[in-house]
Amino acid sequence: MKIISKFISKFIFVLFLSFSSVVISGVEVHEFSNKEDEQQFKTLINELRCLVCQNQNLADSNAELAQDLRKEVYQMIKSGQSSDEIVAFMVARYGDFVLYKPPFKAQTYILWIGPFVFLLLAVVFLFVFIKNKKTDKEKEMTDEEKQRAKLLIESISSEKD
Amino acid sequence: MLPEIGHFALILALCMALFQAVLPLWGAAVNNHQYMAVAKSAAQGHLLFVLISFAALTAAFITHDFSVAYVAHNSNSALPLLYRVSAVWGAHEGSLLLWALILVLWTNAVLLFSKNLPREMVARVVAVLGLISIGFILFMLFTSNPFDRLMIVPADGRDLNPLLQDFGLAIHPPMLYLGYVGFAVPFSFAIAAMLGGRLDAAWAKWSRPWTSIAWMFLTLGITLGSWWAYYELGWGGWWFWDPVENASFMPWLIGLALIHSLAATEKRNVFKAWTVLLAIIAFSLSLLGTFLVRSGVLTSVHAFATDPTRGVFILIFLVLVVGGSLALYAFRAPKIKSTGEFQLFSRETALLLNNIILVVACASILLGTLYPLLLDALNLGKISVGPPYFNSVFVPLTAPLAVLLGVGVFLRWKKDEPQRVLGLLMLPAVISIVTGVILSLLLPEFKVAAMIGLILAVWVAVATGYQFYSRVNKNKKLTTALLEIPKGFYGMTLAHIGVSVFIVGITLTSLYSQEKDVRLEPGQTYQLGDYEFEFRGVIQNQGANYVANEGLVIVRKDGEVIQEMKPQKRIYRVQKMPMTEAAIDAGVSRDLFVALGEQLDSKGAWSVRLYVKPFIRWIWLGAIIMGLGGLLAAFDRRYRSVKIKQSVDSESDAGVTV
Repeated sequence: MKIISKFISKFIFVLFLSFSSVVISGVEVHEFSNKEDEQQFKTLINELRCLVCQNQNLADSNAELAQDLRKEVYQMIKSGQSSDEIVAFMVARYGDFVLYKPPFKAQTYILWIGPFVFLLLAVVFLFVFIKNKKTDKEKEMTDEEKQRAKLLIESISSEKD
Repeated sequence: MLPEIGHFALILALCMALFQAVLPLWGAAVNNHQYMAVAKSAAQGHLLFVLISFAALTAAFITHDFSVAYVAHNSNSALPLLYRVSAVWGAHEGSLLLWALILVLWTNAVLLFSKNLPREMVARVVAVLGLISIGFILFMLFTSNPFDRLMIVPADGRDLNPLLQDFGLAIHPPMLYLGYVGFAVPFSFAIAAMLGGRLDAAWAKWSRPWTSIAWMFLTLGITLGSWWAYYELGWGGWWFWDPVENASFMPWLIGLALIHSLAATEKRNVFKAWTVLLAIIAFSLSLLGTFLVRSGVLTSVHAFATDPTRGVFILIFLVLVVGGSLALYAFRAPKIKSTGEFQLFSRETALLLNNIILVVACASILLGTLYPLLLDALNLGKISVGPPYFNSVFVPLTAPLAVLLGVGVFLRWKKDEPQRVLGLLMLPAVISIVTGVILSLLLPEFKVAAMIGLILAVWVAVATGYQFYSRVNKNKKLTTALLEIPKGFYGMTLAHIGVSVFIVGITLTSLYSQEKDVRLEPGQTYQLGDYEFEFRGVIQNQGANYVANEGLVIVRKDGEVIQEMKPQKRIYRVQKMPMTEAAIDAGVSRDLFVALGEQLDSKGAWSVRLYVKPFIRWIWLGAIIMGLGGLLAAFDRRYRSVKIKQSVDSESDAGVTV
């Protein structure tokens, strides 16, 4: 299996170099017996990558490989296979590269956890920042001071444009 | 002859850029007015020579000078004039020339509008812009000369990529670059301020209009790109999380954060160091975007490795600019003092939260964009990071931003009382929830996500409207009261309304779009949602440089004809590339979209893609409104006033412009 996937990735690499993006999207007619199947098909071809394209999913590509894979996905749905089974089949054949939603595993831990770590760091930064900012000079103004401040502000805002 | 003049002018422009960078910087350091004054004349000469160079390349395109390699590769004798002109920036070399031109245009704009600025500041800003220009012109001269000649002149050119033969894409790059390169201005202001040790409210005030305008151009550029992808690619999508899109979206996010933090820095003298850092990051991401798009690293890490000249040059340039500015920052940051004080519950905190969400969102996109490249470069396998990843990270991060927006606009600077704000928020919150729920019940099918989206959209609109209403002085005549409100405040209001419109657009389009690929014989109809599409067949058409199959589809609603749609499928003669020209009937509440697929049999049946896309225009409309808000804010009088007023420190200026 590994050898095959290596071979395929080499193959893809070569295709990358010679392939300019194929533009027209694949408009094909697929008949489904029910809405769920149709939805399943749409979701799958949107989340699977056209392996020979610069950056297109199966739904958007008209490359021959994409056409074939769409046909394959269609047949598999017809034969009653679940999305997980279809995805597993595609990954076994083409590797993780075929998935636009990368699997959660050792190589992608950082990818999936990263945003949470960023958020955590940001929140910590925020609190440290504000805590340092917080001043002990804070004191209440007397009524007289408040009155003066109010007059001052009014005079300024009437000067403003 | 003309191309050689263009090439020579580019070399002269480099000399001018050197003068522009070195002398004013030196002059500012030793306080020599004559050296500092060189900034202006050098920048003008710089502009003149880049213009000559640009004109020479344009002339080569217009006159079909196929002896110039770049023209031969990107034009053709049958190419219409409009696209011969836009072909100038249609590929690598020319787009760099456009980059350089826009940079020097910004430089001269800064000179034009900075008469009231201190001499040293102007000299330093212009010098930093000159340094950036040196990098780009060197890059062109060494690795990407648009004026290279061919030894054997071809009879005709290879034509412009048909994808780019479109009005939207003709003006998309200039808009995008005006934004990208525009961030060089706040960057230069930040560097200049750090060099001079003057990071005060005035510095923030000078940076603000430039940031707003650059951000506006970037907004429009991205919007144009999204719109173009929608009607030209034939997929009916409007955002793909493609690395090239991400490359422009990241500086946009940071630019947006910068706009907000600059507001706080100018008004309240807070987060100075942070604001400087954002200015550096925004421009660094612009450069990174250029690197990603121009080095070929996105197509394949290996393609980059086989011809690394260009990539390595940009990488070194990137390291110099980013490393240099961060080093300066590290040196200066400890000395940057923000004198403003504020408490946890205040508008400052809200703005900081806004910044944090935007930066985290940007960092996540950066991670997702670079991750596959890194894995591949380290030989750890090939993966794809696409829309499922970005959506699942971006949407949960930014939805709270819409909630925060509504709260933030009610908060006072420095210190506020939770009770007071809660009391103020009650009514808008109830209005939003009730309206949002009612609206979502009116939709063809109730969906929780739609309800949340609509509540958020109404919330942003109501809060913004209420804030505006509170700002109007009720004691004066309405017209006077409205005129009193500064443009900056109008700009903010408009931009926030744009956010609301945008949320409506993405919510309804992504949840209620209907699509169907069908086989249709002439005379057959298909019902999609409320609309009946009747296919009348396909005829052949001749264009200037393409042949087209043109379909005719009659659309009816409730039995009445509402539109005749003519989708095309073109084959461009030179590049033999098939292209869809979808027929789109645009409307405020929905778009109808018909694209031709393939001819299926001899009976004249075709596969046809049909879409009904509710409220998709609102996405671009919202973005345009945001951009206009940015533009309006940049024209606030305060930025043109001679005197530099200190911002007022007080408890009761909650309504101050942000």
